Amino acid sequence: MGKLDVNVPKLKKNAFRYSKVRGETASRVRIPGGVIDAASLQRVVDIANKYGKGVIDITNRQGIEIPGIPLEDVPEVNKEVQLIIDSLRINQDEKGTGYPSSGTRNIEACPGARLCPFGCYDTTAFAQKMEKEIFPNDRHVKVAFTGCSNDCAKVRLADFGIMGMTEPQYDPDRCVACGQCINYCKKRSVGALSLVNGKVHRDTAKCIGCGVCVTYCPTRAWTRSKEHYFRLVLLGRTGKKNPRLAQDFIKWCDEESILKIVKNAYAYIEEYIDPNAVEHKEHIGYIVDRTGFDKFKEYILQGVTLSDKAEMMHTMYWGGNHYDRYDS
Amino acid sequence: MGYKLTRDDFAQVIHRLSGQYRIYAPVLKKGAGRFTDTDVVRYDFVTDADEIELTKKSDYAFKEFLTPLSETLFYFTESKVTEAELPDTPVLIFLRSCDMHAIKRLDQIYLQNGSMPDWFYNRRRELVKFVLIGCSHSYENCFCVSMGSNIAPDGYVFSVDVRDDEVLCDVPDVAFDSFFAAGTQQNVVPCHVTENETRVTVPENIPLSIFKDPLWDEYTTRCIGCGRCNFVCPTCTCYTMQDVYYTDNGRVGERRRVGASCMVDGFTNVAGGGQYRKTQGERMRFKVLHKISDHKKRFGVNMCVGCGRCDDVCPEYISYSNIINKVNDAVNAAGKEA
Repeated sequence: MGKLDVNVPKLKKNAFRYSKVRGETASRVRIPGGVIDAASLQRVVDIANKYGKGVIDITNRQGIEIPGIPLEDVPEVNKEVQLIIDSLRINQDEKGTGYPSSGTRNIEACPGARLCPFGCYDTTAFAQKMEKEIFPNDRHVKVAFTGCSNDCAKVRLADFGIMGMTEPQYDPDRCVACGQCINYCKKRSVGALSLVNGKVHRDTAKCIGCGVCVTYCPTRAWTRSKEHYFRLVLLGRTGKKNPRLAQDFIKWCDEESILKIVKNAYAYIEEYIDPNAVEHKEHIGYIVDRTGFDKFKEYILQGVTLSDKAEMMHTMYWGGNHYDRYDS
Repeated sequence: MGYKLTRDDFAQVIHRLSGQYRIYAPVLKKGAGRFTDTDVVRYDFVTDADEIELTKKSDYAFKEFLTPLSETLFYFTESKVTEAELPDTPVLIFLRSCDMHAIKRLDQIYLQNGSMPDWFYNRRRELVKFVLIGCSHSYENCFCVSMGSNIAPDGYVFSVDVRDDEVLCDVPDVAFDSFFAAGTQQNVVPCHVTENETRVTVPENIPLSIFKDPLWDEYTTRCIGCGRCNFVCPTCTCYTMQDVYYTDNGRVGERRRVGASCMVDGFTNVAGGGQYRKTQGERMRFKVLHKISDHKKRFGVNMCVGCGRCDDVCPEYISYSNIINKVNDAVNAAGKEA
């Protein structure tokens, strides 16, 4: 092994991990939406066998890390991952050079309507569309998609969490008052339905658009809205100072607005990020804590026209423990 | 008389018929399925041939016109009762052979069961004429051949078989001949299937010992009691009543008849808190025996026509046709023991 002289910031930006094992790194494979074709996964296996130690790490954000790669093999591994990058249609400037950035994290998605009976939209497709819009970008941003309010993808821990919604459509002429929607809404969801004069009443203030009523209706009295709607939740995070769940920003939001809002966030970060942030990395939530939510909102809503149905929070509050304060 | 028409000519037939009839036919409803971005084929009124789904088996049956899922029968004030209005335009229902056989079962229940025909059913029944959709092939879960419902009985006014760019129609009702003037006359026999992948053997004499057979037990844990099998069935006829008092004036209101299901909890509830069939296994036993034994005892034909919609729709993958065969096996086994 020759003398190592590695540009660590560049290495990290190139999606290789700084490892505690000196001389080794891990190749971080980006899998937007959490879906990878079998041939690409085979290539991951091949790289792990050829350059790594025959071991593959499944990451918390649905990516893959191939550990145990000697730092001097980075250029070779970058050539090897090219087919994976092509197959998963990852934006890239120059072929054969690996991933152009790593700050904007892998975009997560639960299986959604591709597979799940409760999924209100194709989470994978939306995640891949989002990836095309915001990658590569080295700002530390987490975006996650989940098909319904169950939030299996835990999007409330992301900067931008997108949860599927459907607006239940009711045809009273097809309703026999069997009571299953009411029962399942109560047991599996929020209890927004009640029987009034033999027909079902939906409390629109309470309804979260999960679609459980539609799934359980045996007569198609309940069906899904043609439009796919989304609940956009903002600025959840884990971490040392103030871990907290993302809070609702817009209910009944449309796809185009969500794409714009997330893209707009990058300009805000460029403007307001702490110039002395360690490794130029600061979670957006902490920037917003400093500038106030109004400034953030002003940036992210630029060019966004919400539909009449959308319900937006004008101000927002987050909870969580403040370990950086004595009063936590 | 039979006719061969182009698709355009057939569209004209439907267009002209829609001037005189309300046409009730299977329609593919985009996005109206149970899950996101899935479709459902159910009955609705159409005015255009393109709206009619002729290639798929409908998920829900034609009975929804004759026995609506929810129908207001009459309105009441303190001293008067007024029947709900029903448009008197005659109705043409498009349906397949199995469903043609189902009409007889519906009539038996609503017109021939008890001392008088059901007035509300009868007024709908009298408006209806039937158009037979031929079956060039069997669909998933169909077992019409086993149930003897693969060949349509008489009673349809014309039939429809689409072959490539042509539509073949058998028109036994001479009153409809004039609609087919653009077609070429030829002999037409509606398509029917002669075999299904699914076959059942309905046992002739089912001993009472079947009540205690352990075959029903698994359904207590497998069946979720959603009632889809009943709601999609062309021969299920059970209903319940709703007397609704308007909230603005509690002395006036309406009586509704809504579909009911012997699989859904509450069906056998009686005053005093009794419930005759508590487990889903018992409810399954009741349903199956009603379809392949009890109805026949009273009316001479099995209620089930073998359309297989119950198997198509069951969210828990319970196969009713398989249960029939299990019952047959149990009856045979009991026969050998005796």
